[in-house]
Amino acid sequence: MDLKDLYRDVIVDHNRHPRNFREIPDADRRADGFNPLCGDKLTVFVKLDGDRIGDVSFSGSGCAISIASASLLTESVKGKTIAEAEGLFAQMHQLLTRDDVDIEVSSLGKLGALSGVREFPARVKCASLCWHTLDAALHQQEQVSTE
Amino acid sequence: MNAVHAVVSATDALDVAAIRRDFPVLERTVRGLPLSYLDNAASSQRPRAVIDAISHYYENSHANVHRGVHTLSQEATDLFEGAREKVRRFINAKSTQEIIFVRGTTEAINLVAQSYGRPTLGPGDEILVSRLEHHANIVPWQMLCQQTGATLKVAPITRAGEVDFDAFSALLSPRTKLVALAHVSNALGTVIPVHRFITAARARGVPVLLDGAQAVPHMKVDVQALDCDFYAFSGHKMCGPTGIGVLYGRESLLTAMPPWQGGGDMILAVSFEKTVYNALPYKFEAGTPDIAGAIGLGAAIDYLEALGMERIAAAELALLAYANEQLATVPGLRFVGTAPGKAAVVSFTIDGVHPHDLGTILDHEGVAIRTGHHCAMPVMEFFGLPATARASFAFYNTRAEIDRLVAALHTAREMLG
Repeated sequence: MDLKDLYRDVIVDHNRHPRNFREIPDADRRADGFNPLCGDKLTVFVKLDGDRIGDVSFSGSGCAISIASASLLTESVKGKTIAEAEGLFAQMHQLLTRDDVDIEVSSLGKLGALSGVREFPARVKCASLCWHTLDAALHQQEQVSTE
Repeated sequence: MNAVHAVVSATDALDVAAIRRDFPVLERTVRGLPLSYLDNAASSQRPRAVIDAISHYYENSHANVHRGVHTLSQEATDLFEGAREKVRRFINAKSTQEIIFVRGTTEAINLVAQSYGRPTLGPGDEILVSRLEHHANIVPWQMLCQQTGATLKVAPITRAGEVDFDAFSALLSPRTKLVALAHVSNALGTVIPVHRFITAARARGVPVLLDGAQAVPHMKVDVQALDCDFYAFSGHKMCGPTGIGVLYGRESLLTAMPPWQGGGDMILAVSFEKTVYNALPYKFEAGTPDIAGAIGLGAAIDYLEALGMERIAAAELALLAYANEQLATVPGLRFVGTAPGKAAVVSFTIDGVHPHDLGTILDHEGVAIRTGHHCAMPVMEFFGLPATARASFAFYNTRAEIDRLVAALHTAREMLG
């Protein structure tokens, strides 16, 4: 397993220049996510438009994997319905944790760049933190921890 | 058994190449590369002598201790109690009655909190710790405070990572009932000049517990010279097994303390009307102890003493000086913890590269370091950091391994910085 499978160009780019890295002051939903192992802390903000995610953003600090994953998340769920976003969460969960399930990586678009993470078990929580946090926000829980 | 293969040369330096051959794990590779194990503050590796002592015990002498009259039980008891005597001599306690075997530093501190603290503390009383403590020297006291109504006071640290002695002194008061301090900081490597702190506390009649987990492996510790009341340390950071550690306690205090856990071995006589507790140190060792662990710890002490704690300290400080010099050449590297008196621990960050990513990238280069909060979140918070990278050296490490660390840091910067 090469390091470049983990730190792909897309990941490095989104870590250096995270997209939607801002707060939404009038967010309808927000939740804090915390990964005690490495100290990653994210807040995910969601502005709803009916049952669609009209706007989504995040703030916080973390490792390259967690920041890039959150950045990619915001790009991929914006404009989706809540149900579609939850479907993506389920797919991402499989992508990150299951090597016995064939995921059509190409169907995930840029999110597929995170497929290398599952070869690094210590880093799976980094990549999944933002998804758990989004899920908590959509379910109106205030906090989520990966521990 | 327990032979030290590493030859100490006529000069006062250690023969590191020979020492490395004593440690089987140092021969393995990680991801096809030689292992550079620089995570010794988390746990050290074991020499063959320790592994063999444990195997030899299980293959030849295992039985329960302090119980049977049969040959194996006697052999096991002799080996177990022999290990206790080695520990006593190693830290220069007056008596083996002051040497309690526990699971590790954490359990030792919890024992003191529950057996010394809980019966004696009440509302208005204070326990004084410092800002740089490991969670194991914070949480047991917080639990004790919840149980007794006592208050936890925290002596601040300086930007260099030293405990502020004047502030500490100012916090000592008639309400202070116990001081609990690290001897060496696990997160930063700072060696606390504990003599001053102990003198100040004891002048006020306040007993002092030292968390020696990071000190005992790296320097000569003499509990009588320190004049502390409790001293806690772990086997696994000093080339011994996991699951075994030591609480040293001043005999007069231990005698007055009630048992912590009840069970076999800690009693003289049991009836439903009255149970008579055993004498020290057994009063605090309920149940079958980690016999093999204690024997392994004894073998680790033999190994360290054969090398010489002074030589070990000198070798590690030379590695620290070299590491500081080489790491300073890495652009964007910031040292966290810059006290003049340090053990061989370097905590640092690199601009633009999160410590957790450093850990993964370094692992790919065969270099093992710790990244994270080092079980010292208040220290991280003080420096405004979520985490640091920490390289920690043992006497079996080499300059070449530090060179590999530095090279891997350059790789990480190129990849992510």
